[in-house]
Amino acid sequence: MSGSRLSRRTFQRLAAGTALAAPFVRGAHAAGKISIGFWDHWVPGANKATTDLCNEWAAKEKVEVQIDYITSQGNKNRLTIAAEAQARAGHDIMAMPSWEPHDKAKLMEPLDDLMEPLIKANGAVNPTVEYLGKADGHWLVVPATAGSQIKGPCSRIDLLKEHAGVDIQALYPAGSPPKADAWTMDAYLKAAQACHKAGFPFGVGVGGTPDSVDTAGAIFSAFGAVLVDAKGNITVKSDTVRQALDYYKQLMAVLPPDVPAWDDASNNKWLISGKGAAIMNPPSAWAVAKRDAPKIAEQLWTHGAPIGPKGRFAPFVPYFWGVWNFGRNKSAAKSLLLHLSQASAAEKMVAASGGYDLPAFEKLTLFKTWVEEGPPKGTLYHYPNPYNHQVLSMAGAPAPPKIAVQIYTQAIMTKMAVRHFQGEAMEKTLAWAASELEGFMRT
Amino acid sequence: MADIAVSRAGTVNGAGGRTSLHRLMQRKSTVAFLMALPLITVIVLLVVYPAIYSLHLATLNKSMERFVGFGNFTFLFGRETFWLVVKQSCIFAITAVVFKALIGFVVAHFVHNIPSKGQRKWRGMLLVPWVIPPAMSTLAWLWLFDPSYSAFNWILALFGIDPVPWTGDAYWARFSVILVNIWIGAPFFMIMYLAALKSVPEQLYEAAAIDGATWWQRIWYVTLPMMRNIIAITTLFSLIVTFANFDIVRVLTAGGPLDHTHVFATWAFRVGIEGGDIPLGASVSLFMVPILAVAAWFILRDITKRGNEA
Repeated sequence: MSGSRLSRRTFQRLAAGTALAAPFVRGAHAAGKISIGFWDHWVPGANKATTDLCNEWAAKEKVEVQIDYITSQGNKNRLTIAAEAQARAGHDIMAMPSWEPHDKAKLMEPLDDLMEPLIKANGAVNPTVEYLGKADGHWLVVPATAGSQIKGPCSRIDLLKEHAGVDIQALYPAGSPPKADAWTMDAYLKAAQACHKAGFPFGVGVGGTPDSVDTAGAIFSAFGAVLVDAKGNITVKSDTVRQALDYYKQLMAVLPPDVPAWDDASNNKWLISGKGAAIMNPPSAWAVAKRDAPKIAEQLWTHGAPIGPKGRFAPFVPYFWGVWNFGRNKSAAKSLLLHLSQASAAEKMVAASGGYDLPAFEKLTLFKTWVEEGPPKGTLYHYPNPYNHQVLSMAGAPAPPKIAVQIYTQAIMTKMAVRHFQGEAMEKTLAWAASELEGFMRT
Repeated sequence: MADIAVSRAGTVNGAGGRTSLHRLMQRKSTVAFLMALPLITVIVLLVVYPAIYSLHLATLNKSMERFVGFGNFTFLFGRETFWLVVKQSCIFAITAVVFKALIGFVVAHFVHNIPSKGQRKWRGMLLVPWVIPPAMSTLAWLWLFDPSYSAFNWILALFGIDPVPWTGDAYWARFSVILVNIWIGAPFFMIMYLAALKSVPEQLYEAAAIDGATWWQRIWYVTLPMMRNIIAITTLFSLIVTFANFDIVRVLTAGGPLDHTHVFATWAFRVGIEGGDIPLGASVSLFMVPILAVAAWFILRDITKRGNEA
């Protein structure tokens, strides 16, 4: 009986041993909890790759992960970001659409310690990512693979060849660099005119939604047309803006008459209906065609933008992952973002999204998915800008982001194009734009 | 009357705090207040608090760090687009309410004259546009008005008529959003007017008939005076709801083309949430308040005056 009794000395020894061992005992969620608000992907099944990557990291790091996929339908993700910013509470990591990081800059945890090794490993990021994701020399966010996209041209191989004499596959051959010197803004306009004449107009939206605005941004950039410069000066009354508007006037004359009312679904529908020869969109239109109109999908080729007097610009719309500075588990959040930004993770996301998602790093543009997706095989090869022959641009840039976001959301460029096309005198359109831009200068 | 309905037992049996509480609980007004408390709480949380908070937001600068007083409002007064939105909101609300009232009045008369056996069926059917969530029914309208594949244009094409740019042309787009608002809102007027029509004493019509009143005179001198209050209340209510409309414009045109269909709520969303300028968005949405307050004051004053005369 006495042998089984716990003496004072034995108890002290046991207690001391337990206390010393405590930090090394790792339970299932020993490193705490992390909550994430990711963007809810359009592509069915694409969220699963992200979930799997998070779970993989959580199992290794012993962190409990809670993921909410928040849709951008009806701007629900932006409303959530606004609410969390107001409440100074919410998720630890938040997926942010293009303009949000600058808008919430004061609430973002700097991520320089992540971006430096990532750039070293994966190559440089394009200037648009830097413009939107960096403030005062510091990274506010890291570029997200999921949701980032280039909205370049997607054209019908057969219709362009037959009616415009353009062999788009020869200009952008799968597996090798583009031979697109002749693919100029003039060539694009001539092709649009020829296809219009044949009854298959190009479908380029000139409405107020992002697809239309992004296209306008790239066309304006190709002419060097800047509404507000990087210092915040209004530069809309310039010859380059006049040239861009004149170009739009000629282009709109051969587009479907309803393009000022198009939304982001209209160009997809236009291509899939078989009525159109080309649109400006990421590969989602091709992916839907593959499902709903396979004969049309077989004739679609995603390629680069035409070159203008000031360069070849493609609309790039990045998503970002950011860490709130009021988050409860910032170190875990950074560790997870590092994991999600690895090349292997990006490749999984690209594969799960059927090639739609796009890493922002220079070395991550030749994944197997883009090489092999089809039919036709290689249709997505030039989608990620593998030879860096286009400048990936953002409508509204290079204006300071707080001004540019207004230019973007108020669709100033497409409104200018429509006004001028509908017969408003050039100088009146420019004066209207200048007045609107003055209103965006408030702080 | 309710406040003085005090239990006698309370005054006889007890004294002090317990008796006072007992007495308080015996009051009908106290019971009514307690029963309404859940609703009051919901209203305070979801209406009063956001309203006060939006007032606070409207006085801040764009980055929400500095108090600017009426600065946001004075800024708005200098914007061309703001006055376009004011004009459009007025055109949208007034045109829609007038047509909803007219259509509701006419249809209410038709339904009123249907024999009571089949009337319920018609009433139910006519209420359908009003009971479907507007965002859903507007999606159906969006399909009918689609820029490229409009069902209406398909029908027009069968008769050799050129396609109409329902949402592509500024004036047609205004027409389209007003039409959808009328379609959704007219049944509400119809049901309110129908209820009012049913309460008009039949003897008044009989007396008017004996006096040789024509159909128009019966409407003008009997029906309309008897319905005045309900018309005023319905108009006020509808004016408020129509001025504050968001879903129809948002789904159908998103304010385009060239901002020509924006109303206060949609433009406030564009500026505040999409444009990242929440204080300016709050100011735009608050601009509705004085306009509606003036309308409410005139209409309610008229109703009170008639009540006093009666």
